[in-house]
Amino acid sequence: MVMSSLEDGLSPVIPNITQTRKNKSVFALLNPNDEEGDSEYAEGNETDALHQAFEHIRNVPKRGRIKKKHLETLKDIAWKFGLSPEDIDTLLDVALSSAFGDATKTRLLKCLIPTTVIPESSVVKAVSRLCANNYSSNTKVIFFRWLIALFDFIDHKEELNSLYGFFFSFLQEESLAPYISNLLYLLTKKENVKLFRVRKLLELQSKVGMQPYFQALLSLYKSFCPDLITISLPPKRKHYFKSMDSTWRAAFILVRQRNQLSPLTSVDLTIGIADSHLQTKKWHSVCAVPAPTSSHVCKEEDLGSLEAVLDVSNQRPFPLEQLHTFPQLLKNLQNLELPAQMCSVLTSRPLLHYLNCIQDETVRLRLYYWMNQELKEGCTWYRVSNYASEEEFSKFLDIIINAQCFLQEGFPSSEVFLYRSLPFWDGVSCQAEYLQLLSWIPLGNFSDIKPLFCDSLAQLFFTSTIYQKCSILHSLKQLLQNWLLGHSVEVSLKPSLSTTLDTTMIALNSMSELINYVGWLSSFALRLEDHSSFLLHFILDFFEMVSDAYLNYSLPLLMIFPPGVFYPALLTSDTITLNHLCYIMYRSHFSSPNKEEREWL
Amino acid sequence: MDSSNVPAFTPKHAVPTGFRDYFSSASPFQRQLASVRKQTPFGQTPSRRKIPQCSPLQENIDPQKIAFLLHKQWTLYTLTPLYKFSYTNLKRYSTLLNSFLAAEKQKGLAMETGENCNFKVIFSTLSGMKGTHRDPVAFLVQIVSKSQLSSKNAEDKVVWTGWFCCVYGDSLLENVPDDFTCLPLFLANGAESNTALIGTWFQKTFDCRFTRLTISAFNLSWMAAMWTSCNLECYGAAMELLWSVPCSPQNLDISYAINPEDAKALWDSVHQTPEEITQEEVDLFIDCLCSHFHRHFKINLSATRLVYVSTSVASAHTDGKLKIFCSNYLIGVLAFLTELAIFQIE
Repeated sequence: MVMSSLEDGLSPVIPNITQTRKNKSVFALLNPNDEEGDSEYAEGNETDALHQAFEHIRNVPKRGRIKKKHLETLKDIAWKFGLSPEDIDTLLDVALSSAFGDATKTRLLKCLIPTTVIPESSVVKAVSRLCANNYSSNTKVIFFRWLIALFDFIDHKEELNSLYGFFFSFLQEESLAPYISNLLYLLTKKENVKLFRVRKLLELQSKVGMQPYFQALLSLYKSFCPDLITISLPPKRKHYFKSMDSTWRAAFILVRQRNQLSPLTSVDLTIGIADSHLQTKKWHSVCAVPAPTSSHVCKEEDLGSLEAVLDVSNQRPFPLEQLHTFPQLLKNLQNLELPAQMCSVLTSRPLLHYLNCIQDETVRLRLYYWMNQELKEGCTWYRVSNYASEEEFSKFLDIIINAQCFLQEGFPSSEVFLYRSLPFWDGVSCQAEYLQLLSWIPLGNFSDIKPLFCDSLAQLFFTSTIYQKCSILHSLKQLLQNWLLGHSVEVSLKPSLSTTLDTTMIALNSMSELINYVGWLSSFALRLEDHSSFLLHFILDFFEMVSDAYLNYSLPLLMIFPPGVFYPALLTSDTITLNHLCYIMYRSHFSSPNKEEREWL
Repeated sequence: MDSSNVPAFTPKHAVPTGFRDYFSSASPFQRQLASVRKQTPFGQTPSRRKIPQCSPLQENIDPQKIAFLLHKQWTLYTLTPLYKFSYTNLKRYSTLLNSFLAAEKQKGLAMETGENCNFKVIFSTLSGMKGTHRDPVAFLVQIVSKSQLSSKNAEDKVVWTGWFCCVYGDSLLENVPDDFTCLPLFLANGAESNTALIGTWFQKTFDCRFTRLTISAFNLSWMAAMWTSCNLECYGAAMELLWSVPCSPQNLDISYAINPEDAKALWDSVHQTPEEITQEEVDLFIDCLCSHFHRHFKINLSATRLVYVSTSVASAHTDGKLKIFCSNYLIGVLAFLTELAIFQIE
């Protein structure tokens, strides 16, 4: 949810002044018992003026008017330096007392810029005044707008939360409803969602119609307690609430900068609302990844058996719709549960992290089935009747590839899809993404993989343009790199000797066969492309990776240049290629583990 | 390995033993991947199939109970295995689906659970709709519109029906852990909008995926042969085959109707092996029909595409539409369709 900002009729922010001001209350001076205040206090005209202003305001008789000069001083100082928590307390108290007229109250309320925090007690007091006394709706609106704008800077919110019911009762006033909804949106926790409140909201909604602020609140309730409400919402809107008065916030931030205090890290207000159903052309086949939602059906089943046994302090599972950052994941790692549709992990980074930690097979199986079907249905060249356009499909492939890169591992379903669709691929559709899928084939017995993709790939390779050839070579180089990386990590994880030897043997065999295959491809390609140096660059890139294998990944790959590549590179008139070749020979000389090999090279 | 030599290529985090514990072949993925590696790109279909027989479990079915399944146009879908679906919670699923549908109908306006709406969702099981004891029990979802008048004599009208079943689904069942319920075949009858809504609910609740089941011309010819080979006491309608010729502006459809007794006679002469049907027999059967047509009309039907087959047992269209006429061979029909569905999932 993003709140759009519109300027209000508030005064503009005053430019920076380097003078610092001690964060002390003016009222400490007035209090005769406070003796230490005097000595620490920095003398300044502003503080004197503020002190006078406050004194005047406090002592204004009933129905009297505050002098304009004091109001001006107050406003200036508040906007330049901010008010300390105690001052905020007093000013709020004074402003909401019924001694002054509406306009004055408004002006006083607009001066409430804190330096550090807003004390919760003062807000509670203010709210109690609001409930007890009669105020004009204008005042109330200003107060709530101020509260929403500076909500993050209230130091504690537990007491405010306990006043939830009182805030809720304000919803009945039509002029206040949007602001109260906004406030409730910020304040709501799962315990606050009660059936009678839902009913009340629905009743209000039936009176005034479907307003965006009610919608927002209802959807928030729904995300907390989906079984209490069955609502279907129109598609998610960006702007639920009216302009947030950013001038208050901006002023506060400037005040802090001025006083050279560290800026408070405010809570990110973008709470994602669970997406209501996307309008799709065919509901059963579209390459869309849904947002993560907690599954409430499965939860209820376990309630009877598990919850009774488990400790009460073990809280309810963390709602997935609110999981956005890594720190949140770390905090809630113990009580996080998997989403209802496993495919939604693909777009959520914290959930991908979480997926990494889980060893459960069913999780991966769920993802496998879904992805299998999606890839099959969405693939624009594999099936006769397909439902996704090429653009949608390449976006979908992008999501999968990003997830694979994040996890540093390929999904089994994308591997299966690759083997199935490669014979039918035209070499052009979704080229960039498809070739990246190629580079994530996991390390295994090359003789198993060979019949599945080598022949089709070779056909495509020889009949493609030089740029496509280079792309394919690049992705094969990535494939080798991923294999080398995967193997080295695998070996470091399993230090027992017998398994290490086995895996190393298989890895070595596979990689050597891959290198042979690429060498074979390159030799023919060079002849076809007339020894183009552009192509040679990519080929030599591949062999450079091979030569680095021992140094970087401690895998003793023997570097054998196919003659079809070596001689054209050696006898070329292009200096860059020659340089590259010599560099490779130099590297392989030093990276070879064998002394004889080194001498031979 | 000297870790200080390794430059900036170190991975960002340890490779988990998660997705692929490559050197142990315990996970179900390995088996599936192995099957892909053995398959040719076009897949393998068995060259021999058993003639559809009545399964011993079918004797328990009360023919009246499944009478409502016959003579209806079913749209076919395949379904990936359902996660954490339990047969004991059917009542709960009914209420949840009910409220979901009610909310969807009143789009944009919030509704409470339990509020009165003019329809009801019923989940029930269909016993006997399975091939072996391993197959999960089939279940049925119906949307029933409540009559506006509160008279007890008025019957509730069934607006939409959908049922999930699995007949002889062994090849899928053995690979799948216990949390999953495999019901790969879904048949729906009723408004497409209702199918979409209910499908979306299932996808969200049980993490499954629906796909339209399309039947290729190859499989349609198998169906024609298999259903002709069934022994029926009396034959109803003629056997009909529809071929489609793609041309503009509209497709040209060639309809070929054959007397059912003649078709059976032809099949009996082609059919050699007892208890089984082979690929050669099917091809021969269809070739005979096509050559007969050619002799009379000089049109080569093999150059066109078979899109529709209708016999006294059942009828099927390539878009995935099915009609069943005879309850005796219901299991046989479902078994073949389950096989096609499983093939499409994997």
